[in-house]
Amino acid sequence: MTLTGTPPAVGTAVGPAVGPAVGRGVRRLDGRVKVRGMARYAFEQLAESPAYLHLLQSTVARGRVSDVDASEAEALEGVLLVLTHLNSPKLADTSDGEYTVLQSPGVAFRGQIVGCVVATSPEVARHGAELVRIRYDEHPHDTRLREDDPDLYAPDEVNASFPTDTDEGPVEEALRSSAVVVDQRYSTPMEHNNPMEPHSCIATWDESQERPTLTVYDSTQGAHGVASTLAKVLGLAQQDVRVISPYVGGGFGSKGLPHAHNVLVALAARTLPGRPVKLALTRQQMFFLAGYRTPTLQRVRIGADADGRITGLVHEAVEQTSRIKEFAEQTTVVSRNMYAARARRTSHRLAALDVPVPSWMRAPGEAPGMYGLEHAMDELAEACGLDPVELRIRNDPPADPETGKPWSGRHLVECLRVGAERFGWSRRGPTGSRRDGDWLVGFGVASSTYPGNVMPGSVARVRYGGRGHYAVHIGAADIGTGSWTALNQVAADALGLAMNRVHLEIGDTALPMATVEGGSSGMASHGSAILEACRRFREEHGESPEPGATTESAAAEHPEAKEYATHSYGAQFVEVRVDADTGEVRVPRMVGVFSCGRIVNPRTARSQFRGGMVWGLSMALFEHSIVDHRFGHVMNHDLADYHVPTNADVVDIDVSWLDETDLHLNPLGVRGIGEIGITGTAAAVASAVHNATGIRVRDLPITPDTLVR
Amino acid sequence: MRPFTYERALDPADAVARVAAHPDAAYLGGGTNLVDHLRLGVAAPGRLVDVSRLALDRVESRDDGGLRIGAAVRNSDLAAHPSVRHDFPVLSQALLAGASGQIRNMATTAGNLLQRTRCRYFQDVTTPCNKREPGSGCPAVEGRNRTLAILGASEHCVATHPSDMAVALAALDADVVVLGPSGERRIPMADLHRLPGDEPARDTTLDPGELITAVELAPLPAARRSAYRKVRDRASYAFALVSVAAVLEVEDGVVREVRIALGGVAHKPWRATRAEEALRGREATAEGFRAAAEAELGAARPLSENAFKVPMARNAITATLRGLVRAAGERA
Amino acid sequence: MPGSAGRDASAYGVGVAFARCDDGYTPDVHEAAETRETREAGEAGVASGATEAMEATEAKLTLTVDGSARTVTVDTRTSLLDALRERLGVTSPKKGCDHGQCGACTVLLDGRRTLSCLSLAVAQQGRDVVTASGLDDSGDLHPMQEAFVEHDALQCGYCTPGQICSAVGVLEEAAAGHPSLVTDPDVPAGSAVPLTDDEIRERMSGNLCRCGAYVDIVAAIRDVAAQRPPVPSR
Repeated sequence: MTLTGTPPAVGTAVGPAVGPAVGRGVRRLDGRVKVRGMARYAFEQLAESPAYLHLLQSTVARGRVSDVDASEAEALEGVLLVLTHLNSPKLADTSDGEYTVLQSPGVAFRGQIVGCVVATSPEVARHGAELVRIRYDEHPHDTRLREDDPDLYAPDEVNASFPTDTDEGPVEEALRSSAVVVDQRYSTPMEHNNPMEPHSCIATWDESQERPTLTVYDSTQGAHGVASTLAKVLGLAQQDVRVISPYVGGGFGSKGLPHAHNVLVALAARTLPGRPVKLALTRQQMFFLAGYRTPTLQRVRIGADADGRITGLVHEAVEQTSRIKEFAEQTTVVSRNMYAARARRTSHRLAALDVPVPSWMRAPGEAPGMYGLEHAMDELAEACGLDPVELRIRNDPPADPETGKPWSGRHLVECLRVGAERFGWSRRGPTGSRRDGDWLVGFGVASSTYPGNVMPGSVARVRYGGRGHYAVHIGAADIGTGSWTALNQVAADALGLAMNRVHLEIGDTALPMATVEGGSSGMASHGSAILEACRRFREEHGESPEPGATTESAAAEHPEAKEYATHSYGAQFVEVRVDADTGEVRVPRMVGVFSCGRIVNPRTARSQFRGGMVWGLSMALFEHSIVDHRFGHVMNHDLADYHVPTNADVVDIDVSWLDETDLHLNPLGVRGIGEIGITGTAAAVASAVHNATGIRVRDLPITPDTLVR
Repeated sequence: MRPFTYERALDPADAVARVAAHPDAAYLGGGTNLVDHLRLGVAAPGRLVDVSRLALDRVESRDDGGLRIGAAVRNSDLAAHPSVRHDFPVLSQALLAGASGQIRNMATTAGNLLQRTRCRYFQDVTTPCNKREPGSGCPAVEGRNRTLAILGASEHCVATHPSDMAVALAALDADVVVLGPSGERRIPMADLHRLPGDEPARDTTLDPGELITAVELAPLPAARRSAYRKVRDRASYAFALVSVAAVLEVEDGVVREVRIALGGVAHKPWRATRAEEALRGREATAEGFRAAAEAELGAARPLSENAFKVPMARNAITATLRGLVRAAGERA
Repeated sequence: MPGSAGRDASAYGVGVAFARCDDGYTPDVHEAAETRETREAGEAGVASGATEAMEATEAKLTLTVDGSARTVTVDTRTSLLDALRERLGVTSPKKGCDHGQCGACTVLLDGRRTLSCLSLAVAQQGRDVVTASGLDDSGDLHPMQEAFVEHDALQCGYCTPGQICSAVGVLEEAAAGHPSLVTDPDVPAGSAVPLTDDEIRERMSGNLCRCGAYVDIVAAIRDVAAQRPPVPSR
């Protein structure tokens, strides 16, 4: 394992968990089965005589189902069931509009589930679905997000329990008296997570026992969350719902919570007790039913004195949510403490539209919010005649501007300096000054940030199996993040064992409760629970336990965490080349330097950072769900038309990190790494495109048509 | 996806007989477009006649120095063929600019020509489309039309033809050899694909049951200096926003031979005859190239979201011709 | 010990795909998944309803899959991908889009990389299919698979079997002199194309990886290509 250079050391406190395994670039333990395709994802689990479910989706954006003719489908050989609101079992809890499936004829967005066909083969199920005739009373709909929508409202709070608005200091006065003011609008489009593995389940309803039970193989970032939701919605006891999810083909937030299809497959299974029912959303269906990132309309105003010191900062966002369930993304929260500004105001306003339910997508809030803020910072640097790196250094706050708390470890300035050096930032030329043949060349920079999150409630179990082998159980998930490997490393060191003596099991509600693999909190939450369970195990059972000795524990209390403002930081540098004739953009080089606390596994961590940066590149140049508002749905609902980067779009990504341990947040010293890589990247690309061409593209994505002249 | 029967044709005549006898029969070649359409519900034949294993999989040199390309030759094999690479580099490049390595291994010459539009409304059976369902309307005209036509469209359809290969073949004046119930005929590339007019459902001038058996290229020495330029939203594996196939022969600074065809701008590969006329016999200068491109694009009627295609096509034409001049200079 | 997980999984009538840590030695859970796969593939987990008679809209065909002759009756509408995954229990090729837009279903069909989702099973009579689970018939890892693990060229793993089949195909194609869009025009037709990083990137662009492992995928392929200089294989 070689790092891309030798990162400098800062804050090298040594935590209790350091051992031979943690910190080592161990090869991915699940790599071997994955490269052969032998890791069984949800839809591939063995199931005897399975039935296949194909969805029926509404073809109007608002209205009600007026008539269902399923006779042709029901007559088709192999069709087992046509389920619609007319014959669906009733749900026990209908408080969540997304999960209230087939309980009424109402249609709240185009593509909503209005039924399904279950058959003995996938071909027959799909054919059957084509034969069901559904008529609608269509009502007028509105799917267009507008800054001047009179129905915009302020939600009670925004995602992750942040206040909707903040207002600190006399910001208007600060802006009026500033030597330099940037006042610009930025927008980010609707985007879809699109993990490679479609959302899939196999559900079996068993009535052979005293009480009915439901078993679901699901592709999820949180098996326990799926089980508790299904139990509540279906009226089952939580212990009668088991969710199993050993391997997950990517999630990026879209598998963080169950979606309507999970309820649907359970309803179908309930109607066909004893028979496993298989459902995989088609790629097209994923654009309606698996969550997405809201479009954002942002306005950023920054005032600064002649030296570039920020005096006032206003960041306002307008976003959409669905009519059946509110999701309020925390877009402007980043501006509350990213830079030192004496006066700050942030706000979020929502439009409830006839659209599918938005949800988490990698770094919800930080990804679009840091685009707006960091692009504005680039414009401020230009307006002040300052180097954009220097502008950020000048505005680095000594303590959290919002709470006044000390930073648990803020090393943005180091990241910027190290990154500038690694990238060769000093070779950046004035706007529009560099050309290489037909290519216009530009450099750009932006900061990254993501909060250090720990979620309470996870429990780990350690059990000695005899002959030197230990089982470590926790219902966590590995969605490509490397948890299978990194959690094993933590357990091995905590027990004082070689890694191959530790047998980790995750991805099953039969294992102790774990919080969702989201918010970059997996290692801090699940790793800390494992650490404490291992510590207690040794305390209770010593170094020579009896076979069968077992200890279960949640993470240790860590009250110190409340006393600090805990955030990760990073700096990203980008070189772009813009074709002078066609406006095509290429990104030959990216450099990212991050400060995220301790890195448990450098090999898998580097992949996480790189993957995040690829997402940022993708956000900058490609991703855009294109809605036709007359119909109210995304038209480019496949992977030919919804562009994500191909191999040819990603060239050289240099990743490094500061050698650091942050023991203020948790005893492992980690702050999480899964999401920070996507934050700021798009602003760095926009900055580089401006440096190359002189053109400011403020509305993402930066496609060739925005640059061709 | 309605059930269909499957049969494998024994030879081209047998294939034609099997399909001509059944109005709901379709030919199955590489399957890369048809299987996609079966699953989308865009196509619903009752009978598939597999022509992918017919002995139409060879590239043969003609006595006159031209090429005869079997209809079942895979795109990757055609792109790699030594004669194609040497004598018609524009064709090799166009093929390699299309799709992905896997798809090029599957897709056939005839199937590539007969690809249907990637217009989103055509592919989404929950929306109207005159091409898919004649008379239902064209939502693209006033809808999401960024990728659609700027030339030769009608109020009934603004779709573009998605093939790269066909653009190169149009520039090379290829002939398409077709076998039908009443025998064989040859169709010049310029006449194979149609403009939509008031019959957008018809992509080509093929009659029902007709089977493409080969594509023929007459010798064109100038084509050794030819190139394909594809402008797209990402670096690979994306359809063209605009593409240019060009052949250019310059002698003493004067354009002796020029062929230009455009992709991504019309319902068919768009032969830029006005630009060619403006260039032939004139000095080969960047200004001249630009003026010629503008002459061609004067006829453009952009839609609400695709006006950018006009400067993009102009610049792509200019840059492609410039590149050919430069390459000629380097090799001279 | 399974009891410690609350209830015995077998009570649900469905198998648990990975072994539990019982007393004594337990193999790595991932290896256990692999062992079980080998044992049960093609026996359980296969759709039973599809064999009901449907006149001429179904067909019986024989294929070689990862070295074994397999006979299966399919609906004429069944893709090669679904025939492998749902009828034959070979789940190594993945379904990411089902429309030829992602490459996760890539297999080697008669030695050439092919999208199994756009191939009708019924049209593949007699053909040879190799998936990522059959690249090395000794049951070991193929050098390309070793390189992917070493370079951490995978994260969620879902696109990985397709990436690997595609990469193996790329080496063959380059060795056979197949050009790509970025091939230097001075490489003579018919001679092997050196696999520069640009070549690898362009040739692998039909395999999307949403986790963004491309840099490491290129590194893995570069390593294997260097071990095996491109000489024409035919």
